[in-house]
Amino acid sequence: MTPDAPHLSAQQPKPRARAPRATLGVAEDDVAFASFDAKVVRRFLAFLKPHGPAFIWAQVAVLTAAMTQLAIPAMIGKAVNAAVARQETMLDLALLAFVGLVVVYLVTSFLEQWLSARLAQRVIFDIRRKLFAHCQDISLSFTDKTHVGRIMSRLQGDVNTLQDLLETSTGAVGDLVMLIGISVVLVSMDWKLGLLTLTVLPPMLAVRAVWLPYSKKSFLAARDASSTANSALAENINGVRTVQENRREAINFELYTEKAHDNFRAQVGAAWMTQIMTPMVDILTGFAMAIVIIVGGGAVLDGRLEVGVMVAFIFYLQRFFEPVRMLLMQYTVMQRAMAAAHRIFEMLDVPVAIQDVPNAVALRGEPPTVEFRHVTFGYDPKRPVLHDICLKVEPREVVALVGPTGSGKTSIISLAHRFYDTDQGQVLVGGHNVRDVTLDSLGRMIAMVLQEPFLFTGTIEENIRYNTLKATTEDIVAAAKAVCAHDFIIQLPDGYQTRLGQRGRNLSMGQRQLLSFARALVADPQILILDEATANIDSFTESAIQKALKVLFAGRTCIVIAHRLATIRDADRIVVMKQGRIVEDGSHDTLLRLGGLYFQLCASAHASFDDSAQDVSAQASSAT
Amino acid sequence: MPLSKVESGPADSSTTPQTLRVDINQMPRVLLRITRLALRHRGRMALAIACSVGSAAASLALPRLFGTAVDEAQFLLRGGNSPQATVNAALWTTAFLAITATFIRGILTMYAGYLGEYVSQQVAYDLRLRFFRQMQNLSFGFHDRVHSGDLITRGMLDLEGTRVFIQNGVLQTVSLLLLLGFAGVMMVSTDPQMAVIGLLFVPIAGLALARMGFLLRVAWLRIQELMANLTLTMEENLQGVRVVRAFAAKKFEMSKFDKASIDTLNQAYKRIILRGRGLSAMTLSFYASMGALLWYGGHQVAVGAMTAGRVMEFLTYMSLMQTPIRQVAMIFNSAARATSAGSRLFEILDLQPEIADRPQATQLVAGAGILRFDKVGFAYGDAAMALSDVSFEVRPGQTLGIVGPAGSGKSTIASLVPRFYDVTEGSITIDGQDVRNVTLASLREYVSLVPQEAFLFDNSIGHNVAYSDPWMPDERIIESAVTAQIHDHISTLAQTYETRVGERGLALSGGQRQRLTIARGVAPEPGVIIFDDSAAAIDSVTERRVRDALAGATRTKATIIIAHRLSSLMHADEIIVLEAGRIVERGTHEQLITFGKTYAATFRMQSQAATLDAHQLAPGDDTV
Repeated sequence: MTPDAPHLSAQQPKPRARAPRATLGVAEDDVAFASFDAKVVRRFLAFLKPHGPAFIWAQVAVLTAAMTQLAIPAMIGKAVNAAVARQETMLDLALLAFVGLVVVYLVTSFLEQWLSARLAQRVIFDIRRKLFAHCQDISLSFTDKTHVGRIMSRLQGDVNTLQDLLETSTGAVGDLVMLIGISVVLVSMDWKLGLLTLTVLPPMLAVRAVWLPYSKKSFLAARDASSTANSALAENINGVRTVQENRREAINFELYTEKAHDNFRAQVGAAWMTQIMTPMVDILTGFAMAIVIIVGGGAVLDGRLEVGVMVAFIFYLQRFFEPVRMLLMQYTVMQRAMAAAHRIFEMLDVPVAIQDVPNAVALRGEPPTVEFRHVTFGYDPKRPVLHDICLKVEPREVVALVGPTGSGKTSIISLAHRFYDTDQGQVLVGGHNVRDVTLDSLGRMIAMVLQEPFLFTGTIEENIRYNTLKATTEDIVAAAKAVCAHDFIIQLPDGYQTRLGQRGRNLSMGQRQLLSFARALVADPQILILDEATANIDSFTESAIQKALKVLFAGRTCIVIAHRLATIRDADRIVVMKQGRIVEDGSHDTLLRLGGLYFQLCASAHASFDDSAQDVSAQASSAT
Repeated sequence: MPLSKVESGPADSSTTPQTLRVDINQMPRVLLRITRLALRHRGRMALAIACSVGSAAASLALPRLFGTAVDEAQFLLRGGNSPQATVNAALWTTAFLAITATFIRGILTMYAGYLGEYVSQQVAYDLRLRFFRQMQNLSFGFHDRVHSGDLITRGMLDLEGTRVFIQNGVLQTVSLLLLLGFAGVMMVSTDPQMAVIGLLFVPIAGLALARMGFLLRVAWLRIQELMANLTLTMEENLQGVRVVRAFAAKKFEMSKFDKASIDTLNQAYKRIILRGRGLSAMTLSFYASMGALLWYGGHQVAVGAMTAGRVMEFLTYMSLMQTPIRQVAMIFNSAARATSAGSRLFEILDLQPEIADRPQATQLVAGAGILRFDKVGFAYGDAAMALSDVSFEVRPGQTLGIVGPAGSGKSTIASLVPRFYDVTEGSITIDGQDVRNVTLASLREYVSLVPQEAFLFDNSIGHNVAYSDPWMPDERIIESAVTAQIHDHISTLAQTYETRVGERGLALSGGQRQRLTIARGVAPEPGVIIFDDSAAAIDSVTERRVRDALAGATRTKATIIIAHRLSSLMHADEIIVLEAGRIVERGTHEQLITFGKTYAATFRMQSQAATLDAHQLAPGDDTV
């Protein structure tokens, strides 16, 4: 019942192609990666190495458990034989052996589970840690271009897939041992009967080979249908206000019903596919049993076979198909893990661009200057965004960077903090080339306030303290007071101990901004880099921010990307940028007199006040 | 409201996917309710159970067959005087019966599994539709209180947890009980002593496994919680990568990661022990029972009081019961899961929507288009009044401007007009008709609210603009886009109105998103249009053009503009200034400036805080 209108069509044009510098390649979802890559396996084994003893003990436990499990039916057979032969002592001995085997089996199977599961957890822990630590070092040009969700799917999804493999792989070793063991036992007990029984194995593998492609298609369809239905639900919940505002309830319900129904059909289809294998396996088991009964029974009658052996045969048969099924499943897990491991190593191979050089010096006590010497830089080296920038900021000087979007302001401040390395020229902080100083000491000397304040989950106090671990509660309150954040903080239910929701969702934009100011102030840097927020902030917070900025600027070297006239007027010097070049440099008055880009910017800012432009500029200049 | 738990916590509810405890008191009620849902599909349920019974019977026939085969072989061996033909016939018959039994068992198990899945998917389909409809019908008040992530979790994971119980809980329990009952009866009627010994393990293993299944679920929930915490830690680190680098906080971040990661590891270790203990108890009791059976039966055989076939038969009964007994753990695990999942799901389904058509609601009759607020008071739930004594009238062709600090009640006024909430005091009328007495559909068709947060659907631009009416002619879509000053930008895109926006498509800037939202709001040509700070991210020049276009092009009778930026509403016919839910000033721009209070002060402040931005240089070109 889809209303057949043009705007309901779910066309999916491809997102515009981009050519990022470094991204993650391999397709996300699929088992596409069937091939067995020895290099991946070798790298993976390296993670097992530190846990060698645990690994070996786990294997020992697996083997022992499988052996004892194999021996138990044989012992039952022996006991039955002894009983039939009326040898009660033999029977008791066989039973004693049975008890012994059970005890060994109990201990080893517990150890097998315990050791291998612990090992799996531990290795996964190591891999995730290494991956996460690598993320702390990889270049920002990688993180800029790679969606956080994609990196997270490496850290969580792929790592968990590996965990599945590890947890089940010891079990798979056990299954394999069982399978081989049972075959060997069957053949050795009576080779003709044994071989005859094993003939059911090839048909079973053949049936599965036929079934596999169909089932795969059906399972994929089920997964797609379910994610389609679920994302429709999620979108409708996230956009529920829009839905109700536009009275789309009825249409959306109809569309969703269709998706839910498709999902129902796909799920039921997949269930059919899963279930259809059950009778196949069962019937083949039946054939194997029939063989044992006819051939084995005949042999017993001819006196060629003991009754106990026939009993043991039937027992082994009942256990034969489970390991086969498990091993076949394990194969799929392994394929998936292969692809996951490949993606994890791909991520670990992303080069670390910015790191301390061997003899990096630590900055301490140098005068807080920032200097750019003929700097040229581009995120893509072929397309520079900064051209031959020369700029020196003296100690305790406040420089405002002004210019249109895309003029290179953000790139300049990123280079000062060595988020990227320059393509040509040098950036010097405290007189040292930033490439030659340690990143740690650079971080201590320079603090940065970003345009979008980023807060972490945790209390307000933790957020203000952040990496300045030596800051006391008093220091934090003092900083909050200095940036006019104290008043709103103490009005919150738990004051400084109030927990922030994800990214500080429970605070207004302006309040978040003030907290990020406080964070920078507690760090007490000699150099402050600040990207002013452009967001609309209510008037009260706006004036708090203006006051806070004055406190932050006092006694520090500052580079600020400024949007507000008030902030710009507080600066000692204004640097105007356009298309990656510095076009004007000087004080507010000098630049206004110059009548260039800065003058235009000021004029147009007022122009946005429409008819009252005259009044506004009059007021603005009278306020100065 | 029963959801007070969700309401209060500031923490993001989407990070904890499930409630962390399994409330045993809730268990019978919730599980019975799920069972009742399944019983709506009586026919298929009965058929599924019948198949289970059949397959259990076929399973139980096997031991008897083997027992007979062994005994026959032995009897013939001892007596040795039957003709070969009789012997062969007996063996062939047994073999044939074995194949038949496994065949029947296989087919019936398949159908039981398939039908179980079918019924559970049918129940899931019903629940899905009910949940979706409920999501759309619940008021804004509800959606304010409950985080969307939490609702999505309920609609996906909790629904799945509820569904799975129908198979893993209801059907599995029925077939387990049937199998146990049949086996018990057969064993007891064959040999009571042997039956007691052979069944000894059932209660012990059952209890141990039930406990394990339940506790594993609880432990799993705890791991999920810790995992969510770990995910959050990693995700925030990646999202806030610039802050992390700016403060050189790698060590600090690693220590945060390690803490979260080690917590998870330790909890995983605990879970391994829990599992190992439960499984060991199962293994121990099973083999103890089997050992006792062998000992007792073996000696009976040895003294000639019992045949070997009988022992064989009982041993086979035991091994047949082993797998179903293991499922006790799964049943209890699934019951624990369904208890928490089901109660969370039903909690939502049982809610009564607060806002719904009254029994005698009539269609809104559009007349001149006079919107009146008469002494309106409003409070969110039990909180303090958010609005008090608000009265105003917007006559056809007029514009009302609303200003005030954050939290003063501006958005509340906007949401009351389309009746997203009901007033606590006073009334809102459109052409004399109280909004509570008309149908929601007709009211919301007449009133359009353009919200501040621009929510776009992951679909084409055209789809988004025509959201309220998918059958809208293309000309109307383009007209609306022209009004919202976004048509020119859309025309530059390769696929124009077919370009996909959102997650999988084009990235739009904040201003572009808002302009699309405005286009969507004006597209249905509403009688009343309300802009709730919906131009905050649009530069003033473009905003003015939008306003001019609106004034000329619609049949819109009344307009309400809510804004922080006074330039957006200074042209309104009347401006009201809100403070703490009350009107503190009202009049035209000129009157309010002359008045010289809050409005005038705010106006001065904003003039000073004017921004210098690229937007002003190139209006409308606010890309990314």
